[in-house]
Amino acid sequence: MRIGVVTFPGSLDDGDAARAVRLAGGEAVGLWHADADLKGVDAVVLPGGFSYGDYLRCGAISRFAPVMTEVVAAAGRGMPVLGICNGFQILCESHLLPGALTRNDHRTFVCRDQRLRIESNRTPWTSSYAANAEVTIVIKNGEGGFIADEPTLERLEGEGRVVARYLDVNPNGSLHDIAGIANERGNVVGLMPHPEHAVEELTGAGTDGLAFFTGLTALAAAG
Amino acid sequence: MRPDAAPKGSTVARYVVDVMPKREILDPQGKAVLGALPRLGFDGVSEVRQGKRFEIELDGEADEQHLADVRRMAETLLANPVIEDYTVTSAEPS
Repeated sequence: MRIGVVTFPGSLDDGDAARAVRLAGGEAVGLWHADADLKGVDAVVLPGGFSYGDYLRCGAISRFAPVMTEVVAAAGRGMPVLGICNGFQILCESHLLPGALTRNDHRTFVCRDQRLRIESNRTPWTSSYAANAEVTIVIKNGEGGFIADEPTLERLEGEGRVVARYLDVNPNGSLHDIAGIANERGNVVGLMPHPEHAVEELTGAGTDGLAFFTGLTALAAAG
Repeated sequence: MRPDAAPKGSTVARYVVDVMPKREILDPQGKAVLGALPRLGFDGVSEVRQGKRFEIELDGEADEQHLADVRRMAETLLANPVIEDYTVTSAEPS
């Protein structure tokens, strides 16, 4: 399983995402924002960070990077795409996912080990999780408040497209405590918490995030 | 003079795009400013909302085509219609 990790100017977590892919048994392939080339990968991760300095709006400039034209086309063909934090913002700006991510309601940057419920294991990224698994994965963002209009929220809830939901504390004012969502087909997932930082016991709050990456490699092995 | 500035005498059409968070959307930046004003002695301020202003210049006379182009810029890049409203106005040459 070859999983591409895109580096934009200002990406921070591309190294950790690539490491998580390797720890999960996949091959990490570096992709460059300015190249309209996915190098034949089987899936793509858009990592966290502050691409283009978050200028204009988080993800607004990245959306028009040459690599994103290819990502949007591949996502349309069903390729699995995971956007983490800034990657989630880019997916919303690209209209691959509905809604938007806005400044945290308490106006401060949040960095904490966050309890989550993985509510959908019907996406390629979450297929390794037990149904409604409760996990702890670090979250760190300034603009992580998920918002969408009421009909969109109803559709996300009704179609089981809320992939992850915050437990105990809502860290950023996200509507419906939403931490992550999927597109209709389920291949595109956006997630505010950082599973790539929760893959080794040595660092962070445990290894609950690793399954986001083993899910794909397990699917590949089974396929 | 900037090397890319239009040569003197050439015509430039100027537009202003104002982008504001939608009324129903929480505006934490506006709230922060609202919170700071009373500390400076400005009493009776009941609301502050913070947006963005873009000043855009295009070569040539202001016309419908330029206006339509600027509207398209606003829609696709300058504003996110999910969370923001925008207005485009034609500005007088300065």
